[in-house]
Amino acid sequence: MWTTLEQIFPYAIVFTIPLLITALGALFSERSGVVNIGLDGLMIVGSFIGAFVVSKMQAQFGGSWWVLWVGLLAAAAASALFSLLHAFASINLSANQIISGTAINMIAGALTIFLARNITGSGNIRITSGFRPFDFPILSDIPIIGDLFFTNTYITTWLVLILLLVSAFILYKTPFGLRLRACGEHPHAAEAAGIRVRAMRYVGVMISGAFAGLGGAVILMTYSGEFTGNVAGLGFLALASLIFGQWKPFGILAATFFFGFASTVANVSQVIPQLAVIPPVILKIFPYVVTLIALVIFSKSSNAPKAVGEPFDSGKR
Amino acid sequence: MNNSIKSLLAVLFGLLAGALLMAVTGHNPVEGYKFLIQGGLKSPERIGNTLATATPLILTGLSVAFAFRTGLFNIGAAGQMLFGGFCATAVGLSVDLPRALLLTLMVLAGFIGGALWALIPGILKARYNVHEVVSTIMMNWTAYWTVYYVIPGYFKGESLETESRQLPPEAMLHASWLSDMFQGSYINLGFFIGVVAVLVVAFLINKTTLGYELKAVGFNRHSAEYAGIAVKRSIVLSMFIAGGIAGLAGVAQYAGNASSLQIGVLPSQGFDGIAVALLGANAPLGVMVSALFFGVLYSGRGFMNAMTEIPPEIADSIIAIIIYFAATSILIERLFRKWKVRKSRAPHSAANKKQGEREHVDNA
Amino acid sequence: MDYVVEMVGIRKEFPGIVANDDITLQLKRGEIHALLGENGAGKSTLMSILFGMYQPDRGVIKVNGREVRISNPNVANRLGIGMVHQHFKLVEAFTVTENIILGSETRRVGMLDIRTAANRVEALSKQYGLNVDPHAKIEDISVGMQQRVEILKMLYRDAEVLIFDEPTAVLTPQEIEDLQGIMKNLVQEGKSIILITHKLKEIKAVADRCTVIRRGRTIGTVDVADTSRETMAEMMVGRSVSFKVDKQESRPGETVLEIRSLTVKNSKKVDALKAFSLELRAGEIVGIAGVDGNGQTELIEAITGLRQAESGSVILNGKDITGLSVRQRNESGIGHIPEDRQKRGLVLDYTLEENLILEIYKRPPYSKNGLLQRAAIRKHAEHIIQSFDVRSGEAGRSIVRSMSGGNQQKAIIGREVERDPDLLIAVQPTRGLDVGSIEYIHRRLVEQRDKGKAVLLVSLELDEVLNLSDRIAVINNGELVGVVNASETNEQELGLMMAGYHKEEGSA
Repeated sequence: MWTTLEQIFPYAIVFTIPLLITALGALFSERSGVVNIGLDGLMIVGSFIGAFVVSKMQAQFGGSWWVLWVGLLAAAAASALFSLLHAFASINLSANQIISGTAINMIAGALTIFLARNITGSGNIRITSGFRPFDFPILSDIPIIGDLFFTNTYITTWLVLILLLVSAFILYKTPFGLRLRACGEHPHAAEAAGIRVRAMRYVGVMISGAFAGLGGAVILMTYSGEFTGNVAGLGFLALASLIFGQWKPFGILAATFFFGFASTVANVSQVIPQLAVIPPVILKIFPYVVTLIALVIFSKSSNAPKAVGEPFDSGKR
Repeated sequence: MNNSIKSLLAVLFGLLAGALLMAVTGHNPVEGYKFLIQGGLKSPERIGNTLATATPLILTGLSVAFAFRTGLFNIGAAGQMLFGGFCATAVGLSVDLPRALLLTLMVLAGFIGGALWALIPGILKARYNVHEVVSTIMMNWTAYWTVYYVIPGYFKGESLETESRQLPPEAMLHASWLSDMFQGSYINLGFFIGVVAVLVVAFLINKTTLGYELKAVGFNRHSAEYAGIAVKRSIVLSMFIAGGIAGLAGVAQYAGNASSLQIGVLPSQGFDGIAVALLGANAPLGVMVSALFFGVLYSGRGFMNAMTEIPPEIADSIIAIIIYFAATSILIERLFRKWKVRKSRAPHSAANKKQGEREHVDNA
Repeated sequence: MDYVVEMVGIRKEFPGIVANDDITLQLKRGEIHALLGENGAGKSTLMSILFGMYQPDRGVIKVNGREVRISNPNVANRLGIGMVHQHFKLVEAFTVTENIILGSETRRVGMLDIRTAANRVEALSKQYGLNVDPHAKIEDISVGMQQRVEILKMLYRDAEVLIFDEPTAVLTPQEIEDLQGIMKNLVQEGKSIILITHKLKEIKAVADRCTVIRRGRTIGTVDVADTSRETMAEMMVGRSVSFKVDKQESRPGETVLEIRSLTVKNSKKVDALKAFSLELRAGEIVGIAGVDGNGQTELIEAITGLRQAESGSVILNGKDITGLSVRQRNESGIGHIPEDRQKRGLVLDYTLEENLILEIYKRPPYSKNGLLQRAAIRKHAEHIIQSFDVRSGEAGRSIVRSMSGGNQQKAIIGREVERDPDLLIAVQPTRGLDVGSIEYIHRRLVEQRDKGKAVLLVSLELDEVLNLSDRIAVINNGELVGVVNASETNEQELGLMMAGYHKEEGSA
């Protein structure tokens, strides 16, 4: 069992990271008061731009290490820009945020393949190489913990974990965080305190876009290596993690790891005798069913931002 | 500004955006649209195919629209359609009955399958106030993975791992007189399921006390409660009906337009249904019209792709952009109003105050 | 003259309506200046302009003698103008200090510095006798304390001019007294106050001067000490108003409603109504007096079936209806004019005629075999529209959302009265309405009483309860404090009872 765990763990972490960064971004959006169910689409955009930029640059510069970083940045920037569509619709036009988010998903899904087909014909874009897993020096030699957390890790994993810490700090320890959260809880109170609610919400949505873009690009540059026009619905799983993690940074960490671990178990169950007895369908639907159950449990005492999803109309008193 | 103008403008902007897309990727938009429309409408066969393509869209659009009218956002039409289609396919593959009976049973199975899939979010909403958007999304993926494993496990196709067995001809909605009428098109009885569903839903929400109740709950749960309407039951019932209609889309798709069920895809018609409903202003007839329009785009794109170099995903892109414009139609409305005000602004026009309205402003 | 704030010739137009038309308001330093006007007269618009939420179309604003342009609330803050909003602008999940510093945070190396801020909040709280715990969460503190947090918010920003928007609507009589003390304290410390209200009593209690506006225009500014209540009321409404409702002595008949030891939980699962008992007879109006949130809502919901009772029973015309559904109770003879007409009483997006069959759509002639009968529905609507003077753009086909509050309320009253119930429950039937509508509604309720109906009136306006009721039941913290005859009591006595002091001998 221990060896199984030891083998699964690095994969579970790799799988967790894109979910984590995407859900973390969504945290900013929802804390500012905008529901973002367009996460999936934003991840797709990140994956597409990442693949596009990296494949082009790898053709030019070969496997230089910095190419991937440029790709990551480009992905984050592109998704942040793309998220403006959602921000504009929900913040300026008081559009239904669910519909707008759905439109984001649909546009991203269709447009990226349309463009990819114009580029490659097949619609898939491969990159020649992604980030390489490495063993963390010294730390990987610590018994147990070293094997679980510090072997076969990716640099992006650490980047995302740092972003997690920074995000938690920003949300709870800085004036910006206080203001952002006020906009999601009671925008009129924020407005009366002189905060520009719309601007804050724009920032929230764009952080969400950038982080989701990173998420999509991380998938590409760690375990998938190819843009295929979708991210297997991970954006929706990130949304579920946000709820399951009750809109808190470390709650999200726990929720995404839980989902990451569960998905990894489901993926490898057939080759691990102890798990092969469980029908794979059970393992696959497990995260979704758990989320449904969590929704019921939390229905009484949800920590959801109070004004999330409500258009802000400053005339309303 | 009324709804049909808004919808038409959204379509117009969507088509313009599509043209722009074609142009920047080095294609000729005029040609693109020419072949797209020809591909959808050029011959009776193609018209038949367009109607067939539109059928699942009519039904998913109707499902979303019906839910909307009763205050629910059914973003789970994809899962309900898949599961309904799966149930119908399962019946078609395992039951041996006279054709009429078998088809009826399949339609029923499809409806029930979709309805059950929506019933869970309905109950969660009514009982625990769980938002249906999140729960139906979870149900989508649950359906996806359930079908993903159950089809290969129990209904595996002869050659392909990723498909169910072919349905026998008597378990399919094809009718030779219909195909012949449209000169060999794959149009099938599913289209009539769509038409009947549109009529039934229109009647239900406009003429019956049940429709009055469901809409009242949708508009305002609290006043419905005050009126003595069983609010929780209404929510569950609305979801059940919406899911059932989406399940019928699965029947039309998997036992009419196709002859087997593919795994590993959530049917895109589920999400397109949102666009259809939005564009059709959530009215049954509007749904029908917008579904037919999308049907043209989807059914013509193959021809366009064959005649030009334009990737078929242009159709999906256009539809996605249309839904965005439909969602933001308020922008158009605002610009329109501003323009009107500027035109009609006379120095004293607003000075005659209306007493009834003023109270409204201060209370707002 | 030393004016802190002068608003001269202010005009503000909204599409189709002139909300403010040439209004002038001059605030002296160190005074409490009341701004009096009916609902819809334009008070809120005027103050929103002063607070920078709207821009005036015309007119001049001067602060400390200098002309200013207040383009947003931040500018108002910088000019030393602060506002206590009627609906508090507090983030429930935040602490008192977090709420106070929001928007002008104390920082240390870019981070929030809560400790320094909390100390200052504490000091201010002491200075003005506000008694607020800087670390408490808003959701855990009383409404009165939340209001003091709002006051602290302004003091923290060094506001010199404080605007109070209908500040007593949500307070208990004791809290109102405390607040009036605080306001006097504030002016003594050199602050100036604008008090927005439609309650003459409050103006008499604290204000120095009073500016009256009506239909968007200034009617005049008076010294409160030399002006009678009646005069101010007349200025506000535009004609002389009688505070008394004309009605005969009641002649109570059979018992219609009997509430026996009713206990009801609120949505937080706490007993909100405790062993409450009351009897109501045909031909009388019984008023429930009490401060908001003392169990009135739960009482009414338990009678009408919107909420389950924990124990006890509700008996209507001798029949126990405790276990019945809302619809069954409606059909047994309960009419209900709900507290919140827009939330409960109407489906705002339905047409007027659809709203007028809200409880009876299932009955013939309005439906047959599950199908709505449009002709019968229309006829019913026309009848109510006519007999209750409900005005709307397209008669029965108007969407209710587009109608004015007064007409919405008339529609509800028409609908409920037309059903001819034995028990008519009216909760806050005149809230937010102008005097004309208020008088009309009062007449209709008395008319129902005279027709032999039992009327149960719940209102937070003590005047309304006193004027309209034959008997008054006082509720405090979910318990019945006592029942008194309206003709034998007065505001002082009721105020004490509302605060929970029992009357020596109940006269029921």
